[in-house]
Amino acid sequence: MTQAHLTAPDAGQLAAAFPARHLLGIAGLGAEHIEALLDLSEYYAALNQARAEPPKPLAGRTLINLFFENSTRTRTSFELAGKRLGASVINMSVATSSVKKGESLIDTAMTLNAMHPDLLVMRHPESGAVALLSQKVDGAVLNAGDGQHEHPTQALLDALTIRRHKGRITRLTVAICGDILHSRVERSNISLLNIMGARVRVVAPPTLLPAGVDRLGVEVFHDMRAGLADCDIVMMLRLQSERMAGAFSPSTREYFHFYGLDHDKLSAARDDALIMHPGPMNRGVEIDTEVADDVNRSVIREQVEMGVAVRMACLDVLARRLSQERAAAGTPNSGGKPEP
Amino acid sequence: MSATLYHNARLIDPASGRDEPGGLLVEDDRIADLGPNVTADSAAMVDCGGHVLCPGLVDMMAFVSEPGEGSLTTASRAAASGGVTTLTVMPNTTPPLDNIALVEFIARRARDTAIVNIHPMAAATKGLAGAEMSEIGLLLKAGAVAFTDGRKAVASARLMDRLLTYATAFDALVVQHVEDPELARGGCINQGELATRLGLPGIPVEAETVLLERDLRLAARAGARYHAAQLTCAQSLGVIRHAKAARARVSCGVAPQHFALNENAIGEYRTFAKTSPPLRCEEDRQAVAEALADGTIDVIVSAHDPQSEENKRQPFAQAADGVAGLETMLPLALELYHAGQAPLMRVLEAMTARPADLIGLPAGRLAAGAPADLLVFDLDTPWRIDTSRLHSKAKNSPYDGRPVQGRVLRTIVGGETVFTANGFQDAP
Repeated sequence: MTQAHLTAPDAGQLAAAFPARHLLGIAGLGAEHIEALLDLSEYYAALNQARAEPPKPLAGRTLINLFFENSTRTRTSFELAGKRLGASVINMSVATSSVKKGESLIDTAMTLNAMHPDLLVMRHPESGAVALLSQKVDGAVLNAGDGQHEHPTQALLDALTIRRHKGRITRLTVAICGDILHSRVERSNISLLNIMGARVRVVAPPTLLPAGVDRLGVEVFHDMRAGLADCDIVMMLRLQSERMAGAFSPSTREYFHFYGLDHDKLSAARDDALIMHPGPMNRGVEIDTEVADDVNRSVIREQVEMGVAVRMACLDVLARRLSQERAAAGTPNSGGKPEP
Repeated sequence: MSATLYHNARLIDPASGRDEPGGLLVEDDRIADLGPNVTADSAAMVDCGGHVLCPGLVDMMAFVSEPGEGSLTTASRAAASGGVTTLTVMPNTTPPLDNIALVEFIARRARDTAIVNIHPMAAATKGLAGAEMSEIGLLLKAGAVAFTDGRKAVASARLMDRLLTYATAFDALVVQHVEDPELARGGCINQGELATRLGLPGIPVEAETVLLERDLRLAARAGARYHAAQLTCAQSLGVIRHAKAARARVSCGVAPQHFALNENAIGEYRTFAKTSPPLRCEEDRQAVAEALADGTIDVIVSAHDPQSEENKRQPFAQAADGVAGLETMLPLALELYHAGQAPLMRVLEAMTARPADLIGLPAGRLAAGAPADLLVFDLDTPWRIDTSRLHSKAKNSPYDGRPVQGRVLRTIVGGETVFTANGFQDAP
């Protein structure tokens, strides 16, 4: 790690230039916001790796993790990120099936808002639900995944991982492979990679591609070897097994044969191509175990590590922006003093 | 006998093609005479100020939910303020309108509590369950004007075949919600780029066209009268043109949202623009406007579907479909005329004589002996839709703030003025 990474970027300035109080998606961000977020993430990644104590810009802040969908990994990542920056973190899991849907969302939003949380990290199975909640609360809302819409911190952590290995994102060729139809990760990634000037391909059987995907700025491939040809990054997406048997693909066996990542298909990509996966992996379904564990190619574990750093950066920026907003409006500010 | 002469009017009657200055004499609840030189000695005089006097609008499709959460009274007031004098209510009530007692109940409630004429469509299948056909002959005698499962499509080909075949015995009109539930399953927005960007499951236009083509083949074989409740895409309109050219007994309708809006009205998850069938792309919207102009689309319906704030303030996929459309139907339809896309006569025909003919009512025309259900409106003066001022209890409208032309000045039902621009005339 270089010394430069341990010099804190000016998060306050980034916060002041940040386009909104909430982070609901990649759409709406500019290349300059993304670069700056990645720089700040890099700084936190370096601190985390050095096991150094980070500053506590979130001291005195309350962060609520509001998850309407099970997710141990993402929730834990946000929890760690919040705690490292000094926030009080509360986890709430709301089972949507037991309550009348939607009604509980507005009600929950009102109830939570009355407790004055500063930061709300939310995941919900419905697209647009996080945006709806954000209209009802005073704090800053961070989208941790809404339906098949967006999952911005996943796209940012993927971008950070790529940038650390390739030094840039622009002009790289990135192939996103698998269940594009049901993936929010892919929506955010396509947006981010396009904003940053990468060439984006999607590789999937036609039944797992959403309508009009070709108009999102991607090249579409149904043949995986052709799709991987000369690409720098292979991003695999998780395929849920219940979507496999007969519904979108005739069988797991057939799917793996044509769209599972193995050494043979991977050989079409560049020799130094990176393998990425947002996890959790279905080994033997979308990815061969040997490939997933290839230490020279697979950066899957590093993605998890970068996840914490990216979430620290996002929470930091949103908290600072909230302070600035409240200071400008003259409203009471529960948080710790903004860092110099 | 009471008599009223509406004079200084621009008489427009799409049924006869009349468009001329003149007056119209009402005696009791009937039109007695009309034309450029009508006079009456002892009649009350109403000066129409040179504005349009046309038949009151006939709406073939409104979801009122009485019995249930809705109210025929409220709906009829919304109708009157929108110039609608005859309202056809859908059978999607709780319980559904699938038996004689309920159809008679609607007639009774309407007579006692509503200020416009109300006729029910009865359920095409028992309990709207899509399994067994309802008592079409008896329901027709009880006052049902047509048969439909309303919001739901009759999905089974076998059942639709039977229904259409049986309906020919009474020449009953079968009305279909043209959306294949299998192809549309889980969808909540037009399938395409916008759906993909918003991460919402889409409904392909084929969900409409596939079911329409199937139904038309069955209807043609049976010789039945078939009406597609709402069509939304260019593809389906091509199918209709083809069927009409082959002299099939087919007709179709459209709600204003499908010629006044396209899917982009949804923007970032605006649930007020969530409708069933969904808003389509701009090319489809233009095709709908053209098809209305050339008569491929027979009728404009309000598709009035009031929804509470709670039902709309939901994540998009869970939010209720529908627009409270009775009070905005006329000005939105007139946009086609003001934009030069359709003749005024055609626009008004689609809301008067044509729907009245389809459901077999003598309304919707200016003729001696016809019911005195009339509308006086200001064709030109611009105004802005303000949803907070809608008379409907629910304000779910995507048109708030929209500049329009065409304002109701007076609504007359059975010879009685029930609404003027100044408000309701409440003494019954």
